[in-house]
Amino acid sequence: MSVTAIHDDHHDHGPTKGFMRWVTTTNHKDIGTLYLVFSLAMFMVGGAMALVIRAELFEPGMQFVDPLFFNSMTTLHALIMVFGAVMPAFAGLANWMIPMMIGSPDMALPRLNNWSFWLLPFAAVMLVSTLFMDGGAAAAGWTLYPPLSLQAGASFPFTIFTIHILGISSIMAAINIIVTILNMRAPGMTLMKMPLFVWTWLITAFLLIAIMPVFAGAVTMLLTDKFFGTSFFNAAGGGDPVLYQHLFWFFGHPEVYVLILPSFGIVSQIIPTFARKPLFGYSSMVYATASIGFLSFVVWAHHQYTVGMPVEGELYFTYATMLIAVPTGVKVFNWMSTMWQGAMTFEAPMLWAIAFVVLFTMGGFTGLMMAISPADLQYHDTYFIVAHFHYVLVSGAVFAIIAAVYYWLPKWTGVMYDERLANLHFWLTTISVNVCFFPQHFLGLAGMPRRIPDYALQFAEFNAWSSVGAFVFGFSQLILCYIVVKSMRGEGEKATDEVWEGASEHGLEWQLPSPAPYHTWEHSPHIH
Amino acid sequence: MKKLSALLAVSGLMGVGEVSADYTLNLTEGVTELSRDIHDLHMSIFWICVVIGILVYGMLAYSLVNHRKSKGVIPAQFHENTKLEILWTVIPFLILIGMAIPATKVMIKVYDTSGADMTIKVTGYQWKWKYEYLDEGVSFFSTLDAKSNQARQMNSGVDPTTVENYLLEVDHPLVVPVGKKIRFLFTGGDVIHSWWVPDLGWKKDTIPGFITDAWAKVEKAGTYRGQCTELCGRDHGFMPIVVIAKPEDEYKQWLAEQKGGRTPEEAEAANQDSEALTVASEGAHDQPSDKTSKVTEESADQQFAASSAGASKDDLMSLGQTVYEGHCLSCHQASGEGIDGMFPAIKGSAVANGPVSGHINLILNGKPPLMASFRNVLKPEEIAAVITYQRNALGNSTGDIVQASDVASHQ
Amino acid sequence: MALHGSYYLPHKATQPILGSIGLFMLLVGFSNYLNGSDLGPTMMWIGVGILAYMMFVWFGSVIRESVAGLYNHQVDVSFRMGMIWFITSEVFFFAAFFGALFYSRILALPWMGGEGSALGVHTHQYLWDTFKNVWPSNGPGHIGGKEGGEFEPMAAWGIPAINTLILLTSGATVTWAHWGMLKDNRKQLIIGLAATVALGFLFVILQGVEYHEAYSEMGLTLGTGIYGSTFFMLTGFHGLHVSIGAIILTVVLLRSIRGHFSSENHFAFEAAAWYWHFVDVVWLGLFIFVYWL
Ligand code: HEA
Ligand code: HEA
Ligand code: HEC
Ligand code: CUA
Ligand SMILES: [Cu+2]
Repeated sequence: MSVTAIHDDHHDHGPTKGFMRWVTTTNHKDIGTLYLVFSLAMFMVGGAMALVIRAELFEPGMQFVDPLFFNSMTTLHALIMVFGAVMPAFAGLANWMIPMMIGSPDMALPRLNNWSFWLLPFAAVMLVSTLFMDGGAAAAGWTLYPPLSLQAGASFPFTIFTIHILGISSIMAAINIIVTILNMRAPGMTLMKMPLFVWTWLITAFLLIAIMPVFAGAVTMLLTDKFFGTSFFNAAGGGDPVLYQHLFWFFGHPEVYVLILPSFGIVSQIIPTFARKPLFGYSSMVYATASIGFLSFVVWAHHQYTVGMPVEGELYFTYATMLIAVPTGVKVFNWMSTMWQGAMTFEAPMLWAIAFVVLFTMGGFTGLMMAISPADLQYHDTYFIVAHFHYVLVSGAVFAIIAAVYYWLPKWTGVMYDERLANLHFWLTTISVNVCFFPQHFLGLAGMPRRIPDYALQFAEFNAWSSVGAFVFGFSQLILCYIVVKSMRGEGEKATDEVWEGASEHGLEWQLPSPAPYHTWEHSPHIH
Repeated sequence: MKKLSALLAVSGLMGVGEVSADYTLNLTEGVTELSRDIHDLHMSIFWICVVIGILVYGMLAYSLVNHRKSKGVIPAQFHENTKLEILWTVIPFLILIGMAIPATKVMIKVYDTSGADMTIKVTGYQWKWKYEYLDEGVSFFSTLDAKSNQARQMNSGVDPTTVENYLLEVDHPLVVPVGKKIRFLFTGGDVIHSWWVPDLGWKKDTIPGFITDAWAKVEKAGTYRGQCTELCGRDHGFMPIVVIAKPEDEYKQWLAEQKGGRTPEEAEAANQDSEALTVASEGAHDQPSDKTSKVTEESADQQFAASSAGASKDDLMSLGQTVYEGHCLSCHQASGEGIDGMFPAIKGSAVANGPVSGHINLILNGKPPLMASFRNVLKPEEIAAVITYQRNALGNSTGDIVQASDVASHQ
Repeated sequence: MALHGSYYLPHKATQPILGSIGLFMLLVGFSNYLNGSDLGPTMMWIGVGILAYMMFVWFGSVIRESVAGLYNHQVDVSFRMGMIWFITSEVFFFAAFFGALFYSRILALPWMGGEGSALGVHTHQYLWDTFKNVWPSNGPGHIGGKEGGEFEPMAAWGIPAINTLILLTSGATVTWAHWGMLKDNRKQLIIGLAATVALGFLFVILQGVEYHEAYSEMGLTLGTGIYGSTFFMLTGFHGLHVSIGAIILTVVLLRSIRGHFSSENHFAFEAAAWYWHFVDVVWLGLFIFVYWL
């Protein structure tokens, strides 16, 4: 199938001008940029909320915020980071890179693509506006467990509908990505030749299509339980609050893999480039990704070991969850083998990728510990969990996103970033992220529950450390903002087309000029 | 660097316990068989992860040091090795089986609640615990103690570090005997809470409408502290748990005090009294008659007074204030101004300034989903007092005085 | 006359932002309405209007581009795949509600009735000791229903059975219409489609009758415990999908009358037909698990 593109007005080979360019664009690169900028903005909003949390937890006693507001901060921090920062960042990368990597002129459904993005700012406005409503924003945690979540004030329906909008956006983006990958590959780009970033996104998109509707259904039941008298989560009417938890985690667990699989893809792109060696075990990487995707659907109740499931359930979910360590291990070992006997250099993308491998694995180990249900009876809902998921989310997902930004920024903007600043950013972030989240393991094991605004005295010392780390981490990200803005304004040394030495052997995107022109692959590339 | 931080991490966890007496770094071994089993399980999976970690990070570090371009290495071009790949699929799998076997054993033990010597029913409320000794007819509520509660208010001016057991102290601890297998039954009165005392080895959620269970056999006398671990609203961080394990005879004595504060006839009468007040669902035999604190002793006096001539306004107001602070303040706030959009103000409230009967009705029956029914929570004289208090303080001044008899007659 | 070898990429899409504004107003309006604000309904209806207008414009452009022959085979495949994955996501939406139904019937209610291990025994003994688990149920608290919590369940072999027949027949008529399309037999296409649309609306009307009876006579409402909740949410969302499907088919019918389709080029028709079959299959699930068993 031949892939060349036509446009409705034929002489148009650049973007239209002004603000409306961004509102009406159907260009995958424009939309990718929008996603990425939106994500950075949300990262700051969500991060600011994290800093409110950490400020209150800096020392014992209540200093800054009301406990209810604290709970709202926890809730919104998580929702914004997950749905506003990390997922849009991946969607932005997918938009920019997938067409370029598979030799397609654009995404398959460009109008739909525009809509997927332009729902997000509205959802964000809706969610953030709930902070100013009677009764405050949602404060039941990002999991929104009933009956507690039903106690919310005016913010309640807004929160629910925000989730609906986010769901619609994600589903449409996922459809678009699947169709693009399955239908828009250049001739010769067989599935098993696709770069791993494309593979991981394909599987991620399948996950999204299966889980977002279930989440939408679950919160719809919350809505009707509150306003229309249904009894889904009310025992007196024959329902069960735990039913919500099953529905939520049927979504929630695959969701965390939505947040990590594209990271795996990114790292699998970067490591071979800087090791100057082909990726080790390409096909087992693909199978491992698929197994993780599959397994993610059958392990959800490991978040509910303490709700009093029958013991058979506990054991089944224990075994199934532990299994995920096997394909994930395959990935880790493959990355290591790729580096083994390579000729490595350590530019910023590689630094972040290596930090990802190390710190994600740490988070994986604690995940495995929590998978053991009897032990989780102690760990559950403590800071041990908080430490686990920030290792996989911050030093996992976020690190991979930052790695990707450094890796592809020269291709996007045509200029190199400042390597010295990037190094500073890396070291400050990597050290502070550990100062912030490592002590939380101890806090959790020593008995500090999560989602509390104040704590007993024996937890004071580690909390202080954690808060210091969080603030250093937060302000270090200003360096990232500076680097990105500078590159976007075209300041810096001109980048070559290949950008990284030998990169053109590692992906089609490096065969394009830097910066990549507005339209690419109008004539399919030749793939060997 | 990576290796270093990994090593630091390991040594950090190894230093466990022995080094610092003040705070621990590791999971407690606890004081029950289950907690010890779980601790051991925890340690073994931890060490397995450490060993795997050392291998993985060690290889990585080696590669990072030696396989650099700056050392002039020519990159190898291998990219597959089926044998190796099978190996590192199978070995982790076997390790996992090795972990799963002891985990299964422990989990089955955790679930074996059979053969219990006694049963305690625990109900989680926003934001207090109710304990019922099912075979003894003893029951009481347990909330954050007054000192911590004061210190934890925003800008309270009290330095938390001066409060002993800050946030981990309650007014009425749960007292249990050493060496008996205790079965715990859990349920939630409003939302989901989770009852966790690390020294017992587990936590269990309290699901409204369902009973979950767990068991413990405490081996050592002592005081064990824990907290609610399921987000349950505004004061989730402020509903601690204190369990005091006493030797059998001391426990018996404590139990007798709980029951024996009144003569058996009095207790019987009080029970009937409360039965009259209790409509359906909840156990009718469980009105607390708990003498461990001044507050309730006072209230018993009040009750005596109330049953004869009616309590004085001053007495009602002071008891009312105590009850308000213990049960209502968390929602309606110290000032009585509530929280906009969530909890209505008592100040100027149509209910608190309208007919007395409406006010009594509301406190007895509550108003779902948020405003709880206090019928089974407070005694009539306490309800009377708190109503009197609400009508004459917090910015209201109706002048009404409500007596326990008014409440009791309100059926 | 699709242009060979070129993938059509639209430019300057104004529809999506309209869609976002419409959806935003609809949902903010609905939220305000639920919170008891007077402004809510107005805002909501404006939102609905904008959304409807957006769809009109959006589908309008697609139809225009299609008729102008801008879409090659590859674009057609993209649309088809898009539709299939969209339907897949819908399947999972229904799965959530079926999940709720199975969970309460197989797990929650039996536990409250005292079945199962300690969990069931204790739950029954200490909380709901008078409750017997029989489906259909509105729970131990007898929530909703008539005076005393009584209600009548919906019998399978009345209207629901007729509706099953109607939907199955409509599945056949739409396929017959498809055959007509493939043979370039426009008459068969139009008659088949018209019959499908008619059957679809008949289904919705009958369901309306059923709902009316449930509310006015049987004590069966959305608030009748878990039975009412699952019954109305499942059949309600299904009914909504039938209505949407019927409207889409109506549009396709009108386009067929105008001669928009050919035996090679008729993505819109097939998408509508797939959607219709999906609605059909969901109904079978409903008939079996909600009405019958
Ligand atoms: C990116 C997100 C992400 C990722 C990738 C993971 C990965 C894993 N998670 Fe995590 N998890 C979260 C995000 C994530 N998690 C979040 C957000 C929560 C909290 C939600 C909330 O409550 O708010 C959570 C909570 C959570 C719980 C619930 C805890 C509780 O609340 O009580 C559990 C329990 O089983 C768990 C387990 C695991 C496991 C087994 C993995 C595995 O995938 C990890 C596998 C990886 C490895 C094991 C390391 C590499 C492997 C090797 C080197 C091979 C050899 C190793 C061995 C044989 C040990 N996670
Ligand atoms: C991808 C998801 C993600 C990310 C990136 C983060 C990032 C961070 N998280 Fe988050 N967190 C979650 C997902 C995430 N978290 C989830 C799911 C929960 C559970 C919620 C629940 O219990 O319901 C949670 C809960 C959670 C808690 C527990 C709260 C509680 O239990 O009450 C804490 C506490 O320390 C915390 C801290 C942090 C910190 C310090 C960061 C930092 O890494 C953030 C640092 C970033 C910034 C600060 C922004 C960038 C800064 C600038 C550009 C500089 C300029 C701006 C300022 C200085 C304001 N998080
Ligand atoms: C968990 C939170 C909570 C607690 C604890 C609580 N209330 Fe309330 N209360 C509410 C809510 C919410 C309402 C509003 C109910 C409604 O109108 O739906 C309310 C309403 C009231 C009202 C009526 C106010 C009005 O004008 O409508 C009175 C009086 C009242 N409560 C008294 C009390 C007393 C007395 C106590 C303690 C013994 C108490 N409340 C404890 C949440 C609480
Ligand atoms: Cu009770 Cu948290
Ligand atoms: Cu999970």
